[in-house]
Amino acid sequence: MVNAEMMKRLSVKVAGLSMKTPVTTASGTFGFGLEFADFVDLNQIGAITVKGTTLKPRPGNQGQRIVETPSGILNCVGLENPGVEVFLKETLPKLKQYDTRVIVNIDGDSADEYGELAAMLDVDGVDAIELNISCPNVAQGGLAFGTSCTAAAEVVKAARARTHKTVITKLSPNVTDITEIARAVEAAGSDAISLINTLVGMKIDIHTRRPVLGNTMGGLSGPAVRPVAVRMVYQVAQAVRIPIIGMGGIASWEDAIEFFLAGASAVAVGTANFQDPRLAQTISEGIASYLIENHFDSIQDLVGLALPDR
Amino acid sequence: MTKYLVDGTILGQRSLSPDIRVMEIKAPEIAKTAEPGQFVTIKTNHLSVPLLRRPFGVAGVDREKGSFLLIYRVVGETTHLMETLKEGDSISILGPLGHGFDRTHKNALLIGGGVGLAPLHFLAADYPGAQVDVLIGARTAKELFWTELFRDKTRRQIETTDDGTWGIKGMVTTPLPELLKEGQYDCVYVCGPSPMMRAVVDIVRPTGIPCQISLEKYMGCGLGACLSCTCSGIGRRVKVCKDGPVFWAGEVTAW
Ligand SMILES: Cc1cc2nc3c(=O)[nH]c(=O)nc-3n(C[C@H](O)[C@H](O)[C@H](O)COP(=O)(O)OP(=O)(O)OC[C@H]3O[C@@H](n4cnc5c(N)ncnc54)[C@H](O)[C@@H]3O)c2cc1C
Ligand SMILES: Cc1cc2nc3c(=O)[nH]c(=O)nc-3n(C[C@H](O)[C@H](O)[C@H](O)COP(=O)(O)O)c2cc1C
Repeated sequence: MVNAEMMKRLSVKVAGLSMKTPVTTASGTFGFGLEFADFVDLNQIGAITVKGTTLKPRPGNQGQRIVETPSGILNCVGLENPGVEVFLKETLPKLKQYDTRVIVNIDGDSADEYGELAAMLDVDGVDAIELNISCPNVAQGGLAFGTSCTAAAEVVKAARARTHKTVITKLSPNVTDITEIARAVEAAGSDAISLINTLVGMKIDIHTRRPVLGNTMGGLSGPAVRPVAVRMVYQVAQAVRIPIIGMGGIASWEDAIEFFLAGASAVAVGTANFQDPRLAQTISEGIASYLIENHFDSIQDLVGLALPDR
Repeated sequence: MTKYLVDGTILGQRSLSPDIRVMEIKAPEIAKTAEPGQFVTIKTNHLSVPLLRRPFGVAGVDREKGSFLLIYRVVGETTHLMETLKEGDSISILGPLGHGFDRTHKNALLIGGGVGLAPLHFLAADYPGAQVDVLIGARTAKELFWTELFRDKTRRQIETTDDGTWGIKGMVTTPLPELLKEGQYDCVYVCGPSPMMRAVVDIVRPTGIPCQISLEKYMGCGLGACLSCTCSGIGRRVKVCKDGPVFWAGEVTAW
């Protein structure tokens, strides 16, 4: 259990977003949080980042959507979700009962759609929006926004103009230079950056001689991507001033510490929720013990310690 | 219903056929609350290979002893690891998950193919109705241990084998029309490979007898969060892990 003393060391502020612990959940791996209520005290995690939400309901992709690969999984869920209206009417009231932060991950087919979603979600109960400009599993928009500096900046501006909430932009690792995009979204007014989304990959069934996933390609996540994620957090931390929420393959408190040292102010647990549904909460205990043992008063003292200028 | 994440203890396991095994696991939380048709997900280690937990139907419970059964076919990484577990070893269990079978009917016909018979074995043992018959679809006579497993839990066991080495040669659909005519069944329960379930549903539906199917889809979380196992239902999307795995035939359209 995390006691008051531990809690004090764990609290962080990511741009305007005050979190009790520096741990949130990666979008799409924790549903709307409520699915995990038997295993996690939702009041004890820093924030719940909910499944990618779109203007209209989406059925997602056909065929097999997840397949396991070495130390990871490929997924092509394709942003199946009930749409923002159902989220606002049915899910948000339930989430409001918990004393935690709610980050809504949003996806649009155009910059205007991101703006519209941001405006609709500028309501009580939502604490931040996360712009997913990096989904590899949808035909329109998605990744296209995340791989072009101009397109990424347009999305950020459109959302920024229509919300009072903290705006977090989620970057794609499927680029040559992650720092360019990071600078572009910072300049466009993003309050924070989260990374990484999944890496595009695929698997072929040697018996049927066909791709395994219904959508042919999918996004790789889990421990397999962790070194790539740590590297990108480390690079982005040196390129921008805005805070970073780091994620990619975090499955233990030790993994999380690496991300803080690389420059992340908070972390998100993703695929590992599928292995151990308690992790989003229990990981904070390990982080707190590490802080106490190593005489750090606050998690913030750890941020970026591995960077070259420190 | 509350779900648990617990470390179970292996009480024992044995082979039923060259590639199918039965394992008894002590986990009182699961044994006391699981209902026929529900499943658990398991993990044999704390490593990242294999990464995902794997789903298995609960094949029976001993509520007093606090243990439950899994009947599994050895097919890949996790099931190979399960095969090596010894009495006293620990295994991580998440469950009970999903919704079980509707058990408000009187006379039941259970139809299963392969390890799809595992959840039906629990249903037969815990069926409050009047009479239960089971139609067993096996590949060869080597899999007819199922008949033994069902003998004391059902009134009648009818077997079919693909190769005719035991019982009726053919598939479960071969004797099914006759059985439905004479059996006075109030409900049919089916679990097995999708093509088999579709063929069964095609035969049962015109008779008007209610039919429940138990679906199997690749799962990520088992909790309704990752949306790996969704399919189309009437007027809504359903999640096999949370809204199922048991559905009324017709409740789901594409599976
Ligand atoms: C609700 C449900 C209940 C099940 N009940 C039983 C049961 O009682 N007994 C039993 O033997 N099996 C059951 N299965 C299937 C069982 O989950 C798979 O056989 C198991 O996951 C294989 O794991 P593995 O690591 O040994 O194989 P892997 O190395 O992962 O793969 C071997 C093969 O199994 C397939 N497979 C892997 N995961 C799944 C999955 N989640 N769903 C379907 N196929 C999969 C793969 O596509 C591959 O072809 C059930 C599946 C579901 C969804
Ligand atoms: C099944 C699944 C669904 C996901 N859905 C979304 C999504 O809707 N929006 C999003 O921004 N990221 C989504 N992601 C990406 C994760 O949020 C995260 O960025 C990525 O998986 C890396 O972290 P991890 O390795 O800890 O899982 C999804 C990932 C998985 C595995």
